[in-house]
Amino acid sequence: MAITTEETPAAHGAGPTGAPPAPAISLEGVGKTYRSGPGTVTAVHRIDLEIQQGEFFSLLGPSGCGKTTTMRMIAGFEEPTSGTIRLAGKDVTGVPPNRRDVNMVFQSYALFPHMTVADNVAFGLKRKKVPSAEIKKRVAEMLDLVELTDRARYKPSQLSGGQQQRVALARALVNRPSALLLDEPLGALDLKLRQAMQLELKRIQREVGITFVYVTHDQSEALTMSDRIAVMNKGVVEQLGTPAEIYETPATRFVAGFIGTSNILTGTVDTVSDGWARIGYGHGQHVLAKGDGTAPNEEIVLTVRPEKIRLSAEEPDANLSRIRGTVREVVYLGSTTHYTVRTVDDTDIVVFQQNSSDASNLAERGDTAWLSWRPEHSYVLPG
Amino acid sequence: MTRLREKAAPYLLALPAWIWLGIFFVVPIIGLLWMSLMTGNIITGFQQTFNVAIYPEVISAYWEQILRSLGYGVSATLLCIAVGYPVAYWIAFHGGAHKTTYLLLVLLPFFVTQVLRTISWKFLLADDGVVLGPLKAVGLLPEDARVLSTTLAVVVGLAYNFLPFMILPIYAVLEQVDHRVVEAAYDLYASRFHAFVHVVLPLSLPGVFAGVLLVFVPSSADYVNASVLGGTNNTMIGNIIQSQYLVNNAYPTAAAITFVLMTILLVGIFSYAKALGTERVMEVQAG
Ligand SMILES: Nc1ncnc2c1ncn2[C@@H]1O[C@H](COP(=O)(O)OP(=O)(O)O)[C@@H](O)[C@H]1O
Ligand SMILES: [Mg+2]
Repeated sequence: MAITTEETPAAHGAGPTGAPPAPAISLEGVGKTYRSGPGTVTAVHRIDLEIQQGEFFSLLGPSGCGKTTTMRMIAGFEEPTSGTIRLAGKDVTGVPPNRRDVNMVFQSYALFPHMTVADNVAFGLKRKKVPSAEIKKRVAEMLDLVELTDRARYKPSQLSGGQQQRVALARALVNRPSALLLDEPLGALDLKLRQAMQLELKRIQREVGITFVYVTHDQSEALTMSDRIAVMNKGVVEQLGTPAEIYETPATRFVAGFIGTSNILTGTVDTVSDGWARIGYGHGQHVLAKGDGTAPNEEIVLTVRPEKIRLSAEEPDANLSRIRGTVREVVYLGSTTHYTVRTVDDTDIVVFQQNSSDASNLAERGDTAWLSWRPEHSYVLPG
Repeated sequence: MTRLREKAAPYLLALPAWIWLGIFFVVPIIGLLWMSLMTGNIITGFQQTFNVAIYPEVISAYWEQILRSLGYGVSATLLCIAVGYPVAYWIAFHGGAHKTTYLLLVLLPFFVTQVLRTISWKFLLADDGVVLGPLKAVGLLPEDARVLSTTLAVVVGLAYNFLPFMILPIYAVLEQVDHRVVEAAYDLYASRFHAFVHVVLPLSLPGVFAGVLLVFVPSSADYVNASVLGGTNNTMIGNIIQSQYLVNNAYPTAAAITFVLMTILLVGIFSYAKALGTERVMEVQAG
């Protein structure tokens, strides 16, 4: 690439001063408490988030953790009881939904049942008083993008679930909002269609380059699709990071349990040296973990992913975390085998082993076996 | 055998309804038609003479009352929409936990018979009654102001009497409107007004359609309001039928007018359904 003096490195997307562009969406200390009968329900406690332009951002958490409430506050259907929401740097407190430059894809699609597919898609543009020739063109383009051109004259009730889903998407995207908010958009579809639509959504997002805020309770969906994920629980964000960060280094016990399968171990710290805490279990067994901030005799909880653990008959190297146990269960799953191993202190540890050519049939039910993993694969969890 | 029974089942289930309709609708209509073609009087008796000429006779004699009745019916229906739609809307969208209470309140006056209700209006609106009397006394109304015996009184009386038949079907469809669909309209840049005009209103049309039928038909054929609240200039076709039948005992004439009125209403309803597009209305309900 030729280097020209006119081009500044910050030219793309930055303001004239070279400052980074404002985040598409930012939440500062946003909370929501509903009055509910005589009492109150706090759906969202205090959330701080910055969602960047063009990002595929997911809010992931179990049902009732406040995802929909958060999204409805961004869309303008609920006013936060505390904090500030900014869209592209502008405080939108008190701005009604019809004057916010974000669009929502509802969980139930909420298509207009009395309008054709084309009229559904044109609705937002008509309200914005876009010239009708342009509306026609953009609706046609959008129907093409979601592959529904031949269904333009149909009513929503004449479409399948997956097609209705795509109409809902087209109806929002056609307005070219600064962000698209999707509330469990694939929740009502069956698994096959769901997986196809995940790829489809990702393709569309790449093509249009619009910020997507995606709400889901399905961790595999969030891991597959997102640039970044905020894992929510009981109205707070427990961890914010890329899918790999969240999976590999869960910050809390909740995240470790919610995303994928995790083994949770407890123990008392024996020694801390060079920043590594050592938890001994006797008979040559010990676990090593990054121990910043831990002290000897402290009770700690740590986690390790099943696929990081190696199962062996011989005693592993002492540099590794190593624990012995009895194989309680062997589940053969084709490409992998899942073992459940019970340790001397009666903790069940799950181990996933690849069935590669040299490692088949490592142990059988009732065998005694060693488990080992590298120290950096254990994480000390708070509380 | 079982297949035959399966096929016959729906018809068997509908049998009571058909018998009901047959006894209480088809038979009287044929009887009415039969009666209308007779001649004679109550003293010497009626003979069947196939007197078809009775129809042009009653139409030319009573076209004024027929038109007036239709006009009153349309006015009362429009008034019911104007008053009933906002009430239904408010109960459906803002009624909260007390929707049933509000609906009951709408229906409450209807636990009293129509005649009594209408007579109490007469009492309330009398020339020197509890409403007009004091207003005249303090000079807010001229001494000769009146409400009774005017077109206004009859139309308002009709609208009052049939209002629940407008409110209930509109409420029923508005209640079914998915709130998220309305939110979707707001989300797609619609103001409250546009969300109403483009989403809520079209979705509620089947209810308005039903309400119009339920109000227009009985109010066009009503005679209580005109006789209690109206004057000599407010005679409706229902009053004519009533007096021909009960006072003059001119059964064939009464039957012929009834038949004419029924035909006009049916033709009116069908052209109304066609113009509004029942299919479209039904489709919305299905969707
Ligand atoms: N309008 C409301 N009034 C009272 N409580 C509500 C309301 N909406 C949501 N909640 C409560 O707030 C909590 C979070 O709800 P929600 O945001 O819908 O969660 P999620 O979308 O993650 O399943 C739940 O406990 C729910 O019962
Ligand atoms: Mg939700």
